[in-house]
Amino acid sequence: MKNKIMYKKPILIALNTIILKEITRFTRIWMQTILPPTVSMSLYFIIFGSLIGPRIGTMNGFGYMEYIAPGIIMMAIISNSYGNVVSSFFGAKFQKHIEEILVAPIPNIIILIGYVAGGVARGILVGIVVTIVALFFTKLNLYSLSITIAIVLLTSIAFSLAGFINGVFAEKFDDIAIIPTFVLMPLIYLGGVFYSIDMLPEFWQKISILNPILYMVNAFRYGMLGESDISITYAFTILFVFILILFLISLYLLNRGTRIKN
Amino acid sequence: MKALEINNLTKIYKNDVKALDNINLNVSQGDFFALLGPNGAGKSSTISIICDLSMKTSGSVKVFGHDIDEHSNAAKSCIGVVPQEINFSQFETCLEIVVNQGGFYGINRRLALERAEKYLKKLDLWTKRNERSRNLSGGMKRRLMIARALVHEPKMLILDEPTAGVDVELRRSMWDFLIDINKQGVTIVLTTHYLEEAESLCKNIAIIDHGKIVENTSMKILLSKLKKETFIFDLTHPTKKLPSMKNFKINSIDSTTIEVEVNRKNNINELFEIFNESGISVASMRNKRNRLEELFINLLNEK
Repeated sequence: MKNKIMYKKPILIALNTIILKEITRFTRIWMQTILPPTVSMSLYFIIFGSLIGPRIGTMNGFGYMEYIAPGIIMMAIISNSYGNVVSSFFGAKFQKHIEEILVAPIPNIIILIGYVAGGVARGILVGIVVTIVALFFTKLNLYSLSITIAIVLLTSIAFSLAGFINGVFAEKFDDIAIIPTFVLMPLIYLGGVFYSIDMLPEFWQKISILNPILYMVNAFRYGMLGESDISITYAFTILFVFILILFLISLYLLNRGTRIKN
Repeated sequence: MKALEINNLTKIYKNDVKALDNINLNVSQGDFFALLGPNGAGKSSTISIICDLSMKTSGSVKVFGHDIDEHSNAAKSCIGVVPQEINFSQFETCLEIVVNQGGFYGINRRLALERAEKYLKKLDLWTKRNERSRNLSGGMKRRLMIARALVHEPKMLILDEPTAGVDVELRRSMWDFLIDINKQGVTIVLTTHYLEEAESLCKNIAIIDHGKIVENTSMKILLSKLKKETFIFDLTHPTKKLPSMKNFKINSIDSTTIEVEVNRKNNINELFEIFNESGISVASMRNKRNRLEELFINLLNEK
């Protein structure tokens, strides 16, 4: 009877352990994980908001600082969700302690959920810290709490999954820096963080709608300001499809043991 | 039911290297089993497949009746593995490493903490429980991997060269610990380069070479196959002239040390009679090589 209680939900215990291990990892090294995005996002607020912003004037009826604040918060959430999973999973492969999980009776889907939850936790924590920093520079609106929370969760899930795929394929430290530097950052900067795509020529507007980050930034901005360049329903649909595809790819790679098992 | 049943297991790596060639192996419950072989023979490949760290090309593996493909999680629950290379996070403490491993096996934190204390104490690591693993010595890291492998109290413990690079005293204490675990009913499968270790600990043995099992029998039967042994004799006084011997091959190493090859069908008493007749006084004698080592080399040379 005692054993039955102890082993009641072993899968949930395993999931909980992976999540706690992940959270412990990034909070232990907070100087590398929490502090740098806080400092760099503060600089964005100072430079683009306080110094350049007043010269730009309003954007879609909002003060420039007010307009870019949601984009900067989303940028922190995206890069930290992604960065957490890619560095943690690659680190586990590099130090071989991924084997601790692989030899245990844990379904692959639980391993994936555990790592993604770790990425979501860091994304949200950094997002909260950056939001607090933003309050020192501007007032923040909240148009819809539910849309804001939903978009934060879905975005961090999507980029945690993307980070997981990068971590699976990475074989050296360069591999975990290339995608964030040459793919993720340009997509974030061109995803409407600092401007409305209405400002772009028609050709570049059409190119911009191929950028998935545009939908996330705009949906988040809608949650906060009630204003968006694109349809919110469309943004959520794109995000769900994006998550589904990344989830299936991640699970497939894990089931196949790609770059994890010989 | 066998603790481990391996049937027609083959592993071919992407570079076409055939690490395992249709091997068959059975390990009984409660056994202390040695899997021996030279470097690159296929020992670690076999262990990796059993523990789901490597994909097999063909064949089947059952752990306590659970097929590793069909009932992977049930099979994994029965196994505790101590790998050859250190494979824990260098930034976690000893206690975190053991307790987390318990969590991965679905053991609640309270019980995992109790067991972590039990095994860390048994392996003399309790005082180091809050130490980051990177600060441990090599021997401590090896013991930590054993504690981690036991936290879910597996039915079978697989150890891949557990005493590599460990000093003699610590190796002996690890042997005692493993004997104790085995007496409690845990099946142990061991790979080692120290053949003395296998001879001292294991009841049954398989020798693998170039991905094939070249011998699989009990330690007793295997050692009985030894045709000859070489002994070293330390003499009390220097001797210049060696006695002539019909049944023994004798060589002088230096003036006070001789080496004699003894065929197992000959009686060693006969040798001492010759020594007495020749006025040779023996201070001590020892095997030139461990008996299993002798046999191991002969077997691999024959194949």
